[in-house]
Amino acid sequence: MKIAKSGAELINICEENHISLSEYAIAREMESKGLSRETLFSYMHSTLSVMREAATLGREKEVYSLSGLIGGDAYKLQQYLNSGKSLMGSATIKAMAMALSASEVNGSMGKIVACPTAGSCGILPAALLTAGEELGKTDDELVQALFASSAVGMIIGMNATFAGAEGGCQAECGSAAAMAAAAIVELMGGTPEMSLNAAAIVFKNILGLVCDPVAGLVEIPCAKRNASGAISALATADLVMAGVASKIPFDDALAAMYKVGRELPKELRETALGGVAITPTGLKYKEQVFGKDA
Amino acid sequence: MANVGVFDVLGPIMIGPSSSHTAGAARLGKIARTIVGKEIKEVTFLLHGSFSKTYKGHGTDRALVAGILGMNPDDARLRSSLELVKQQGIKIEFVPTDLGDYHPNTVKFLIKDIDDVTWEILGSSIGGGLIKIDEINGNKVNLTGEYPTIITSNEDVPGTLAKISGILYDAGINIASMKSDRSQKGKESTLTFELDHEVPLEVVEQIKLIQGMNHVITINPVGGPNNENC
Ligand code: SF4
Repeated sequence: MKIAKSGAELINICEENHISLSEYAIAREMESKGLSRETLFSYMHSTLSVMREAATLGREKEVYSLSGLIGGDAYKLQQYLNSGKSLMGSATIKAMAMALSASEVNGSMGKIVACPTAGSCGILPAALLTAGEELGKTDDELVQALFASSAVGMIIGMNATFAGAEGGCQAECGSAAAMAAAAIVELMGGTPEMSLNAAAIVFKNILGLVCDPVAGLVEIPCAKRNASGAISALATADLVMAGVASKIPFDDALAAMYKVGRELPKELRETALGGVAITPTGLKYKEQVFGKDA
Repeated sequence: MANVGVFDVLGPIMIGPSSSHTAGAARLGKIARTIVGKEIKEVTFLLHGSFSKTYKGHGTDRALVAGILGMNPDDARLRSSLELVKQQGIKIEFVPTDLGDYHPNTVKFLIKDIDDVTWEILGSSIGGGLIKIDEINGNKVNLTGEYPTIITSNEDVPGTLAKISGILYDAGINIASMKSDRSQKGKESTLTFELDHEVPLEVVEQIKLIQGMNHVITINPVGGPNNENC
């Protein structure tokens, strides 16, 4: 099979071969790595189970990061969810709790899947697992959806970047949410084109988001950006399944993201020299963790 | 990234929080352990640049020690390595310092092995969990830990390089890259070969027999690398 270099090519290949995004990713990986379908699936199942553990641990008990800057919030949300008082409904609260959990687990030196990065490790698990629970999907179907997310991720990786140091948080949390939205659309029965519409809308909505980690640690504002990214993915999947299309196609949205990312001053690209990192409070946290002269 | 695969995007599975400060650090520790190749009694970690300033917040100290204990970057025990190393009776010390003009995430290991031989190994975590080892006992090497590697220290006898290449060629092993370093001309020289296949023991034995050969280190890949991330 041809290797898709852009979103448009990806849609064409899928249409010509009458396959889904996930089947494209599976076929490509089998071809390039010489692996069997069974091997790929068993590896993806272990990936899913690490994701699920990370998205669960912080909801069952309070998990704190090594620095102590973040923690306990996934647990709070889970309690709130159990109280039944939420405004937005259980799926939304659950997704945020899962995303925070994975971020807290990451900060605590727990096991996570960098998807695509460690900083954004909560978004895809939270959005996908929530959608799976709401729709009553099996683990096999979720694994299939993970392959779909990777089909979009590969196009992002080939044409732009996942690194906050290069493209700001839009490249990390934005890519994670775009991949998640695309995967959920496939999980809900949408076409490859609809999946890419969802990814495009996510990128447009997160365009310009800077990377400004307090004390250089992947904690503040990262954990809450994972919660917000997960919600963005779920909401956008609904938008697209209702029949709404992106007026700007995926490839344009991706190119815009990359260009904006490179235009960001270096202070706003993971250097911890801008944004919330250098607010008086951000600097106070930094001193608290690393002392005065760090 | 030119060619991106499924598990470059969804992976690696790792212990957080940071691929360069945690996962990369664990790989550096593990490769240092492999280079020494003997039981370890003492390690002093000279931490440079960002490592020296932020090692506690990122768990770089725990990751380095975990690597010294032989753990991979996805080992759940990584978090408790500082306690484990105590139990094993290995003495460790962290010294934030300025090593000079090196990558910001650099560490120099000063290791004393069971025979009281001292090793100096310098390496950097260069992003996304990728690493490189630049110096072993003052000799420049070129080691990423992604390929099986042979490092030799030998008297600077003409023809040594050709002899080693010949042995590898006869064994059907491709050389991916080669670096030679002669810090002092006519004295000892260090050769680093990164290879496409793991090296069988008998090939290593053959290389050891080459005239003037003082030391041969073999290293097989240490855990997988991955994509760029925070
Ligand atoms: S703010 Fe920066 S470090 Fe934090 S998640 Fe976003 S890109 Fe990663």
